[in-house]
Amino acid sequence: MTRDGFQIRFFGIMRWVVIAVLVVATVFPFYYMVLLSVKPIDELLLDPGRIWVSAKEFSLDSYRSVLTSVENGGQGFPLMLRNSAIVSIGAMLLTLLVAIPGAYAVSRLRFTGHRKVGALFLGVYLFPATLLAVPLFVMFAKVGLQGSLFGLIVVYIAQTVPVAIYMLRSYFSTVPVSIEEAAALDGCSRFQILRKVVLPLAAPSVMATALYVFMIAWNEFLFALLFLAAEPDHWTVSLGLQQLANGVEVPKTVLMAGSVVLTLPVVLMFYGAERLLTEGLTSGADKG
Amino acid sequence: MTTVTERPPAADPAPTPKRRRSKSPLRREENRAGLTLVSPTLVIVLVVVVLPILWTVMLAFQNVRLVDIQSQGLWGHWTLRNLERVFSSPGFWSSLWTTLVYTIGSTLGSIVVGLIAALALRKPFRGRALIRGAMLLPYVAPVVAVAFVWQVLLSPDLGVVNHWGVEWLGWDRPIAFLTQRSYEVLGVPVPMALFTVIAFETWRYFPFAFLFLIARMQAVPPVLEEAAVVDGTTPWQRFRFILLPQLMPVVALLTVLRFIFTFNKFDDVYLLTGGGAGTDVVAVRVYRFLTARFDVGLASAQAVVLAVVLIVLLGLYFRFFGRKVQEEQA
Repeated sequence: MTRDGFQIRFFGIMRWVVIAVLVVATVFPFYYMVLLSVKPIDELLLDPGRIWVSAKEFSLDSYRSVLTSVENGGQGFPLMLRNSAIVSIGAMLLTLLVAIPGAYAVSRLRFTGHRKVGALFLGVYLFPATLLAVPLFVMFAKVGLQGSLFGLIVVYIAQTVPVAIYMLRSYFSTVPVSIEEAAALDGCSRFQILRKVVLPLAAPSVMATALYVFMIAWNEFLFALLFLAAEPDHWTVSLGLQQLANGVEVPKTVLMAGSVVLTLPVVLMFYGAERLLTEGLTSGADKG
Repeated sequence: MTTVTERPPAADPAPTPKRRRSKSPLRREENRAGLTLVSPTLVIVLVVVVLPILWTVMLAFQNVRLVDIQSQGLWGHWTLRNLERVFSSPGFWSSLWTTLVYTIGSTLGSIVVGLIAALALRKPFRGRALIRGAMLLPYVAPVVAVAFVWQVLLSPDLGVVNHWGVEWLGWDRPIAFLTQRSYEVLGVPVPMALFTVIAFETWRYFPFAFLFLIARMQAVPPVLEEAAVVDGTTPWQRFRFILLPQLMPVVALLTVLRFIFTFNKFDDVYLLTGGGAGTDVVAVRVYRFLTARFDVGLASAQAVVLAVVLIVLLGLYFRFFGRKVQEEQA
């Protein structure tokens, strides 16, 4: 066989091997998560190697425990889901409010420093998040925001604004300038142009950015841990789950049910808008 | 498509020399409008990021504990004591080394696996969209949830991996992937927990690299490779000499991004091992100084040292590869 022929055969086979391995590696942990969440713990301990669940042992007890409020002897996830929703939606809306004008300015207007978005990135991501913790803690205590959900939202805005601007900027610059010029000739102010012309045209990208910010806020753990650990009423789902795992003897099956509850909202949301999101994140990357 | 070509914004009179001092009123208005629109961004980043960082740098040179801060105000007793303690404290150098191994291993791992995945999924086939979606799961899912699944999967007593390993792969006993510092494999000591954490990080972030790389691959003009086929090249040669050079700018950008993010990473290691068993990265150490000892000065000094190391490493990187990353960002 020629070298060319051999390579074509070899890579042709390897391609499917790689795909199979990757699918198993990415999907199996999630399958396992769901599997354990509907299994009674005794069955799991009896035979840890069995990776399916029979109809007889199938049980939703773990979910019942997770989703029952603390007063009723459960783990109190409903309250945490509410907290997570408030924080994520709040961060999402406020980040957009800040990032849309910023991204528009960066993509369209030439002002002092309009090429310095990169500096923004470095400023926010170059330093470890733990570095921000102490001063923020003290500042928040001074203005009465310690342990509050709003304080957390403020931190999330700062953490997501650079990414949001980066994503939005590349979309805004695809809106043809001539449309804006036409609107300007019709007497629109710059603000009106942004609101009535650019935003409607870039609506899908704004959606994508919004979802991405939501995801980051929903999944965030460190700042929630630093600011809210002492306030069980304000725990987000991520934090609550971690505290649950740290606590006394919680069965792994309950832990997995909690993980499913934590994961499901973002995963559903992500696949609802997958195209939007993946294109949004990488739209700068294919320009070569 | 539209015939409009990309050009600079409206208010741009005939080609002006770049360095002209006096701006036209239109340009000045544009400047003002631009600054107004970015000001919310600047304000929030300034208040929530820049000021705290500056303050931390100051704290690094003061002798403070958490209780003192409220009363003490900004200017305390200046001292280099914290830095001395950072460098002389037990475990600092090994922690820095661990951070480096962890960062380089995870960055390399996620980019290489991402590249392989992108190559495998490059040509369309039935169900590709579905598989592509599945591949993004680790990146999308919350870190707390996936860290716990890994913990359970790898657990020595009820984890399925150890169960199968003992039953089918002939391991003589379960492996404590996350709590054992090192194992002898064929007589060579392997830092097991550190490797597991790197594997986790690779697993979680290869989708990120995959997304960027496949987007770039799809933008490579097919004629390039078609021409190479006519010239009688092998698939490997086409990858090595045609595709890879086209991908290098994205790879360089990904390297920088992943390196920065992983270097400062806290959640993943903290949730998986708590920094034990030889996975004591600096970010987790800082957290421990802060919460266990309330030693703000020492924690700040440690964090500042970490940031300085990162800046130096990035400086070196940009010296050697700067051009490529610039190209990608342009």
